[in-house]
Amino acid sequence: MKLFEHEAKEIFSKYGIPIPNGRLANSPAQARETATRVKTPVAVKAQVLVVGRGKAGGILFANSPREAELSSRKLLGAEIRGLRIQSVLVEEKLPIRKELYFSITVDRSSRSYVAIASSEGGVEIEETAVTTPEKIIKIIINPLYGFHPYHAHQIAKKLGYRGDQMQELAAILLKLYRVAMDYDAELCEMNPLIETTEGKFVAADARLIIDDNALYRHPDFQRRLSEKGGTELTPQELEVQKSGLAYVKLDGNIGVFGNGAGLVMATLDVIQLYGGNPANFLDVGGGASSEKMAAALNLVFSDPRIEVVFINVLGGITRCDEIAKGILEAKSRIGFAKPMVIRLVGTNEEEGKRVLTEADIQVLDSMEEAAERAVEIAKAGR
Amino acid sequence: MLGYGTQIVAGVTPGKGGTKIHNIPVYDTVKEALKEHEAHASVIFVPAPFAADAAFEALEGGLKTLVIITEHMPVRDAVQVMARAKQQGSVVIGPNTPGIITPGECTLGVMPAHIFRRGTVGIASRSGTLTYEIAVGLSIRGLGQSTCLGLGGDPVVGLSFVEVLREFERDEHTEAVVLIGEIGGDMEEQAAEFISIEGYSKPVVAFVAGKTAPPGRRMGHAGAIIMGKAGTAQSKIEAFKAAGVGVAEKPSDVAKMLARG
Repeated sequence: MKLFEHEAKEIFSKYGIPIPNGRLANSPAQARETATRVKTPVAVKAQVLVVGRGKAGGILFANSPREAELSSRKLLGAEIRGLRIQSVLVEEKLPIRKELYFSITVDRSSRSYVAIASSEGGVEIEETAVTTPEKIIKIIINPLYGFHPYHAHQIAKKLGYRGDQMQELAAILLKLYRVAMDYDAELCEMNPLIETTEGKFVAADARLIIDDNALYRHPDFQRRLSEKGGTELTPQELEVQKSGLAYVKLDGNIGVFGNGAGLVMATLDVIQLYGGNPANFLDVGGGASSEKMAAALNLVFSDPRIEVVFINVLGGITRCDEIAKGILEAKSRIGFAKPMVIRLVGTNEEEGKRVLTEADIQVLDSMEEAAERAVEIAKAGR
Repeated sequence: MLGYGTQIVAGVTPGKGGTKIHNIPVYDTVKEALKEHEAHASVIFVPAPFAADAAFEALEGGLKTLVIITEHMPVRDAVQVMARAKQQGSVVIGPNTPGIITPGECTLGVMPAHIFRRGTVGIASRSGTLTYEIAVGLSIRGLGQSTCLGLGGDPVVGLSFVEVLREFERDEHTEAVVLIGEIGGDMEEQAAEFISIEGYSKPVVAFVAGKTAPPGRRMGHAGAIIMGKAGTAQSKIEAFKAAGVGVAEKPSDVAKMLARG
């Protein structure tokens, strides 16, 4: 779950990480008021859960409270990559000497957390990582030891700081690690972490992504997920998540679902290989009940571009007869008229096939044959 | 598992100690179970919030193989479990894995045993049902399997392709290896690098799922997500090809490529 910048900053601040003076505003009047209170110039920052917000025009600068009001009027209600801006963060604009980067994230190959730092922070950090990897400092954190002051000192020194500044920076890095662990962060990032012209360090931007699987340990945020605009997911995607399905919308006209993420991904690939375009990724998981099948069918059918639906089920623990009944029930309830191609193999497969064949639905044994068939139908339908 | 010949000596469920399931005694703690029985492995089915606890308990009890079927285990927990396991030389399969099977001998986990045949192809996979898809294809063509295991669909799992390749290299029952990868992470790229640098004495065929996956969106598995430039199917396929590993375009091509040798 992605947190908004203002939420992440509130947490950072609670842990003693310096952040710019500022406040959240939901209206232009509030923005003006905040700009009056904190020193101008200010930054007016759209609170949306997208990466690359600055480049997309989501951060404006204002030299007066009046300008802050105008800027926030421009941003509030506007959309960035399909997400509506519901609030802006109005903050003092600090005089920058240097932009640093610091984050804690998961490193899969070492099965550990990793601390990443760079003296070249800011919006181009990903470019830096590719073009000049020597400017990126990485310290793999041994889970049995954790991240300690000596690690933070090593990083601060490599970033070019000595004496008090080194100590001050190291203290901030340690605090960020604490946040990352306490909040089950998938990513906990300060970019940029600025050094002001006075030599102080301030987290000018903050990102915190909580591991979805650990949300039960963070009930406040789990609750917020169900609020409007609380995630980057569309209301439909949110609904789907609740029903235990995994769904991703794509641009094609062949509706697809099956059991198992890998199998469904492979199904999409095979469809494309035969020249078709999948409309979605949808995994119903293991042991899919008929209710789940109905929910899945509903979801796929709700896309008006669909010409054909391809269902690919390979039953291990999933029972084919139950799947077949679920499909028929859902089909008649929703009144879906487009053709379906079904591949059904596994436990009780004969009974499942019989039920479907009687209802005039094609059942095939091979996933590739079925994919080819679905592509043919989709092409003929267009 | 019982029906397949796996010797299950005890179950552990806190609060259910003293009962029996399928005639197997259940204990409240691993410690109690190990006082009465000798065991080498633990299969963990407990819900995600308690999975790390169960894993630590098994590790502290000295069990050498852990199979964590549980899905949705927090990454922070998985990181700790893997570190402890490594420290004491235990192997963790999973989390979010269907388990491991040596056809005709033994299985740990929830793999549908009837689709496998005893043979000489080793399979390591990051997925569940896609593994069955490919295994069925092999079985039909008379290509049986030596051992087949799911590494798990999560970002942090106990085994990598490289580690499994090493095991299959040493395993006298394995004559060829199938790697079933998917988008996310760099396990496939590392396997390719391992094969090209250290060389590999047995033929390897790979399949990578997720060529159509859009970046930044999770395709079901927590681990199946393309972040930045790394982790795309294209990068994995190119790495395999550069290492001389055959890459199947469709699941059914795996069997054809193996049959061709």
